[in-house]
Amino acid sequence: MAKADPLRHRGLLAGAVLLALFVAFSTLAPWLAPHDPHAVAAGAGATLERPVVGHPFGTDALGRDLLSRVLWGGRVSLAVGVGVELVAALLGCVIGLVAGYYGGWLDAVLMRTTDIVMAFPSLVLAIGLIAVFERPGLDKVFIVLIALGWTTIARVTRGAVLSLKARDHVAAARALGVGHLGIMYRHLLPNALGPLLVAATIGVGGNMIAEAGLSFLGLGAQAPTISWGAMLADGQTFLAAAPWVAVFPGVALLLAVLAVNLLGDGLRDLLDPRFRE
Amino acid sequence: MIGDLSRALGGRLLALVPVLVGITLLVFILNAVALGDPARAAMGQRADPEAVARIRREYALDRPLAVQYGAWMARLARADLGSSWREERPVTEVIAERLPATVRLAVAATVVSIVFGLGAGALAALRPGAALDHVVMAGAVLGISTPVFWLGMMLSLVFGVTLGWLPVSGYGDGDLAHLVLPALALGALHTGTVARMTRSSLLEVVRQDYVQSARAKGLSERTVILKHALRNALIPVVTVVGIGLADLLVGAPLTETVFAWPGVGRLLVAAVGQRDLPVVMGAVLVFALVYVIGNLLVDFAYLLIDPRMRRGQG
Repeated sequence: MAKADPLRHRGLLAGAVLLALFVAFSTLAPWLAPHDPHAVAAGAGATLERPVVGHPFGTDALGRDLLSRVLWGGRVSLAVGVGVELVAALLGCVIGLVAGYYGGWLDAVLMRTTDIVMAFPSLVLAIGLIAVFERPGLDKVFIVLIALGWTTIARVTRGAVLSLKARDHVAAARALGVGHLGIMYRHLLPNALGPLLVAATIGVGGNMIAEAGLSFLGLGAQAPTISWGAMLADGQTFLAAAPWVAVFPGVALLLAVLAVNLLGDGLRDLLDPRFRE
Repeated sequence: MIGDLSRALGGRLLALVPVLVGITLLVFILNAVALGDPARAAMGQRADPEAVARIRREYALDRPLAVQYGAWMARLARADLGSSWREERPVTEVIAERLPATVRLAVAATVVSIVFGLGAGALAALRPGAALDHVVMAGAVLGISTPVFWLGMMLSLVFGVTLGWLPVSGYGDGDLAHLVLPALALGALHTGTVARMTRSSLLEVVRQDYVQSARAKGLSERTVILKHALRNALIPVVTVVGIGLADLLVGAPLTETVFAWPGVGRLLVAAVGQRDLPVVMGAVLVFALVYVIGNLLVDFAYLLIDPRMRRGQG
């Protein structure tokens, strides 16, 4: 019941600050980056250079400045994380609303479909889906992650709708002649927003990890797109000779995902009464 | 008792049927969509037209989709996943070769996550709110947020490259040393989840009456937690182990790639790169089946641990 204890929300605060930094660094990358992230440098000492003043994160195998590339890579991570989640969450909301509100066979079909998609370990199915396309690329990563990302949101929405549907204010709205769409939009959706926000926040982190994983495997972003995952694949190649190529993009990815997860956990504590003690 | 158990188990098995059918249908659709002209895609430009025609016939590619699905299911029922286009061997053979390595890694990673997760969670729950609790919980969220393949690389860097204690790639001849780093990397992700679940579950249990009475008897806090509370806190932990199966299977392609571990995950990634679609679909199917069967076993474990679950639920 220690509700007023500000220390309880340390995680939320830390997550918010980290996330704000991540968003700021990513959006401001064109101005913050000290070098052109694509500029290659040849010659002795220019490639795989260890961190020095001019290149605080060192350079990669083509002599490109790693700090600039880490900053630019954040844009891809952020775009995929948030972009995919926006579409996937919208899709999941609609599916969950329809399933929960109308019930019956429609609910059965939609929820069995959800079960089936969820019965696959997500990244494995994502890899299988990527194989369907002729050539991998960031656009395919978007499509695949959206196709797989709606399930949790659909379940959460449906659960919320089922518990809300029977409440008095919904019955009253219906008695007043409010249409199905009006009830869903005005009475059901707003009340389900808390759990939805939590699920979507955690989904953003999942998308970022999935994009990095796919790009690491060579099945996601392709050069010249700058992705942390693809940078880490280089890092793996030069792990013994130039560990900084692997360290910095990984730390950036870790911090970005950590920010989102801390925020998600914090929001859950804040919004979900079951987690309030 | 036995009747309850078998009835509950039968119900679980029955509920599995639509999911299994759905899984095969989804993989089949993927196959059908992917196979624009798979035969040519696989065999390249200089493919012998006769060989292309043979593959098209074999996969019933010129027939309606429903017929293709029927033919595919009939082959599946005979454990026939087709032939790898690259290796020109049965897919089942290719996968069967790789499966033991993946299972070995997954089991080792599960042991890692249970041992470390349970231990850390119990430590944190001993004195909630104390410094140790905060450290453990911070470590847990850090573990959950760390990309498994990056962790793998960092472990290689420290224990392989820098310290030279452990081999960083390959299967060796099945020795333990080669298993340590991949298992740590793959297990770490889930260790955080297990630790959190153990902690919250323990804190829930310690409020119960029988724990209070154990305390009232004057038993030490350590004995109370370890002997009385932990056992009952295990039930939700079983769930988490079940959820962990998904983490393991998701992490497998990445971990196996980082450590050049000859498992199904790396096979899958390589097959995608070579567009060897029968192997891709076979591996995806196998992963899904392992996952579904694993969850069934978790359900079964529940039914054994907790008789209350044999009734109800329905």
